[in-house]
Amino acid sequence: MGVSFAHFVIQTLNGIVSGMILALVASGLTLIFGIMDVVNFAHGEFLMLGAYVGVITLAATGSFWLALIAAAGVIAVFGALVYLTTLRPLLGRDPLTTILATFGISLVLQNYALWQFGPVARKIEEPFAGQFTLFYLDYPWYRLIIAGLAGAIIGALWLFLKFGTYGIWIRATTQDRVMAQAMGIPVPWVLTGVFAIGSAMAAASGVLFAPLVGVDHAMGVDWILRAFIVVVVGGMGNLGGSIAAAIFISLLDAYSSLWVSPSQSIIVSFVVLILTLLFRPTGLFAPTPK
Amino acid sequence: MRPRQPVVFWIGFGLIVALLAVAPLVLPVFWRRLLTEILIWGLLAMSSDLLIGYTGMVSFGHSAFFGLGMYGAAAALLSSNPPNLWLALAAGLIAAAVVAAFVAYFSTRLRDIYFAITTLIFSQIFYVIIFTWTSVTGGENGITFDRPPLAIPGLFSQPFTATTLHWFVLAVVTGSYLILRRITQSPFGMVLQSIRENERRTRAVGYAVERYKIVSVMLSGLFAGLAGVLYALQNQFAAPDFVFFVVSGETVIYNVIGGIGTLVGPLAGAGFFLLLREGFSRLFTVKYLAPVGLGGLAGMSYLVPVGLIFIAMVIFLPQGLLGFARRWLNR
Repeated sequence: MGVSFAHFVIQTLNGIVSGMILALVASGLTLIFGIMDVVNFAHGEFLMLGAYVGVITLAATGSFWLALIAAAGVIAVFGALVYLTTLRPLLGRDPLTTILATFGISLVLQNYALWQFGPVARKIEEPFAGQFTLFYLDYPWYRLIIAGLAGAIIGALWLFLKFGTYGIWIRATTQDRVMAQAMGIPVPWVLTGVFAIGSAMAAASGVLFAPLVGVDHAMGVDWILRAFIVVVVGGMGNLGGSIAAAIFISLLDAYSSLWVSPSQSIIVSFVVLILTLLFRPTGLFAPTPK
Repeated sequence: MRPRQPVVFWIGFGLIVALLAVAPLVLPVFWRRLLTEILIWGLLAMSSDLLIGYTGMVSFGHSAFFGLGMYGAAAALLSSNPPNLWLALAAGLIAAAVVAAFVAYFSTRLRDIYFAITTLIFSQIFYVIIFTWTSVTGGENGITFDRPPLAIPGLFSQPFTATTLHWFVLAVVTGSYLILRRITQSPFGMVLQSIRENERRTRAVGYAVERYKIVSVMLSGLFAGLAGVLYALQNQFAAPDFVFFVVSGETVIYNVIGGIGTLVGPLAGAGFFLLLREGFSRLFTVKYLAPVGLGGLAGMSYLVPVGLIFIAMVIFLPQGLLGFARRWLNR
């Protein structure tokens, strides 16, 4: 089957758009892992709950941007509460116990959402209806705006970590928890804050992506698996690597769906994962460990 | 010298097996079915305990081995005429072993959390393959097939009844328990436990840690495949839902609830979980909830309360239900 130049360009665009969303999800996950050694299985459920908060706020106020902010805020508070009640007691234990606890959280949240909101997917209207012509397609502007916004959020996070006072606290905590505590940084609250930030990022990506696919209780599962792949391929706990890996894998995914059905194209990302594990188990985009 | 096997242990073991053997004769149909199912899920949980409890690697991919055992048995039952029980067992075990070898080779390169995530993603690979390869696996709908007769070639052949099926499952699970117990107490099992305790030191002492890990993943996968074959025999269908990673997650839950590193614990955990499921599924109806003022909760999935119980157990009872007896059970 011939693949025209037009197909190629469109798929490149699609790949970058979904890659940016995936990068947003994965950077929340990798932030939480890198700083607090917690593998957050419930990250996808925070995304899903964020999307629901977005749906509800949108129905009440009619403003997409308000919905985005509300979702991020509500889920940040919710994430902090989840952290305080279930993960803080596990501090200092084997990181594997955090997988177990967050897996439990994800089961509870997913089934709660199924019961609360029902099995039917909710639709969100795209905040911008505009389209531009790309070859034979009317490509919606909204998709490009998502990619830009996701990039902006990640960029803001990076600036915050690099220059913000609290960002420096966070980095200090990552480097040496005990020393940071000794210098007067309130480490327990830094950890809670990081979990809240990560949850808010998941919620924001949920709302941003909702207009493309609809919101249902299982939407988190798909994302968490893809985000795990990205995080392993990018090198766990490595923010830049996760972003690069997210875009790389989404592009491959988009190109391969030129030839096979989209449900099978995820296998390509599995293959990338296997090859990474074989030849570079520390991550494709991580610096070589000495 | 290790202390001699306590007589009490074998008396208790004999009593429980005898009770489980008599159970189908007295229990009503529904509970008999549930008991058989508990045994099968218990075997799956036991198989993953070899990794979680003894080698110290948490596998989130046991659904792949379970599912491949299931589909392997299904393939054998559909392609042979008349369906043959032993052929199904062999096919299921071979399918699970091949997959386990594949997964073991790649995933044992990584440790801890990375191992957990990698096994999870591998099980999803097989899920996607089974889900999308509709012409062979039946896709989303799965495949149904007939149950083979219980036969020993040349001796006898008779169709399974619910009771003989239960006995067959009980025999397989008991046998697997004894084999797994023997494995964990063998020199090989001791090396696995020393990997769990201190991997670096084990390597320094001179054991080829990677090889031991690969073999333990394969053994574990083999027994998980056996559980898959039994499940296929009991329910006469195979579906992609059983390859989905939620099944692996539940397997880990059984282990944690029951107590890792005990082999019996995971089985008890499976029983506890399935009983909770039945209990909450029955309770969460308007009939029971309305009188206590919780009518609004009707229709909620049992996984919400069970998940909350699980989280509480991870925090407050990390040893699990049978964790207190770990030393005694492993003697």
